[in-house]
Amino acid sequence: MITALRIAPLVFVAAIVQVTVLGGARVLWAEPDLLLVTIVCVALAAGSIPGAAAGFAGGLLIDVMTLGTLGTTSIVLTLAGYWAGRYGETTGRGRRYAAPLAAFAISILAGLGGVALHFLLGEPVAARDALVTAVPSAILAAVLALGVSRITGAIFEPPRGLERPRQVELV
Amino acid sequence: MRRRLVVGGLVLLSLVLVTISFREDGSGPLASVQNGAAAVLRPFQVAADRVAEPFRDAYGWTSSLLDARSDAARLEKENELLRQQVAERQLALRENVTLRKLLAYRNGPRFPDGYSGLAAAVISRPAGAYAQAIVIAAGRKDGVRTDDPVVTQDGLVGKVSRVSSRTSRVTLLTDDASAASALDVETQAFGIVRSGDGARAPLRLDRVPKEARVAIDDTIVTSGWSSPRLSSLYPRGIRIGRVTSFGRTDTDLYTQVQVTPFADLSSLEAVLVLIPVDRMARAR
Repeated sequence: MITALRIAPLVFVAAIVQVTVLGGARVLWAEPDLLLVTIVCVALAAGSIPGAAAGFAGGLLIDVMTLGTLGTTSIVLTLAGYWAGRYGETTGRGRRYAAPLAAFAISILAGLGGVALHFLLGEPVAARDALVTAVPSAILAAVLALGVSRITGAIFEPPRGLERPRQVELV
Repeated sequence: MRRRLVVGGLVLLSLVLVTISFREDGSGPLASVQNGAAAVLRPFQVAADRVAEPFRDAYGWTSSLLDARSDAARLEKENELLRQQVAERQLALRENVTLRKLLAYRNGPRFPDGYSGLAAAVISRPAGAYAQAIVIAAGRKDGVRTDDPVVTQDGLVGKVSRVSSRTSRVTLLTDDASAASALDVETQAFGIVRSGDGARAPLRLDRVPKEARVAIDDTIVTSGWSSPRLSSLYPRGIRIGRVTSFGRTDTDLYTQVQVTPFADLSSLEAVLVLIPVDRMARAR
């Protein structure tokens, strides 16, 4: 419950900023996806289930605000949050470059997944455009993740008691 | 196991939402809920937009300073005004000959009455590379309907593709699904304006016969047409863009014409929705 209360404002603000401020903005020939990066960083810090739930809620907000087909963004961001969370739960958490690395990889996968989903829905999509902007978008996501991960790291810092033991006593 | 159940459930829920939302096509219970939620979120969007506006202005000012665009912007504006006048005069001259013949049409029920422009702020911009659409702060209660043309002072922007009570979704001209019948003002070459091949040429004039003449910098406007039962979505004479390049090969059936839109679709702040005067009068 506390985790949800921490995640909700972050995701809400990121979704609002994404739609109103960053939507249509071009940086390095790509569009910054703050919401995706936020979901990835939240999932890395909080785990796969909170990550997936945050992705679902964030995607739903985007679909509602842009009056798009409900669920299309949710499905992509749910999987993005889950994958990032699993990476954090297994090998990623604590690693210095986990956030930018995960944001880079998931940005590419989410972009391709989004194109595939819209294609399956019969909407006109140009895969070439998505492929051309995939790498700049991923680089931008990685750069954004450096900043966002600091915020999420501060919010979701684990209690000291749960830190991984660095040495054990042999009896 | 619990993890997989949760993520599986969320994915399933997303798929259910996609299915229902896709089938409803903007008019059903889920769409009503979505419209209601959008209305609730609208103040947050407006607030965020207002907070971001000074920063956006600062960014725009800096970039314009760096690009030395201040003088160019003024001259470009003046140039655009003159081009508009030239385009209007050329159209007027050409149409003068056929005006008497069209006079009977003008008074007939098929001839479109005038339009009035409803100004609306842009409250959200394209949320992805494959979503060439914006959301504007005007909806059904303001008299907006699906397929209403949307313009700015620079030229054609697109058309309304979905309407809720106070907001509307506008599909931009650069969307793959958009198309508008158009003509070259200088040569009268007809074609269909569609989305182009990338950022350098956002639009293309399609279906231009090889024998038709087209030149660089020619002005492209909406052709507008009507038949007894149907009429063009876009009124005649709305400026669309300028011819930036064209080419034809022996094997192509049509001339390939690249068009740069007059309206800057990437930084729209406000737009005009063209509403037929009679509908506006009914709404009042």
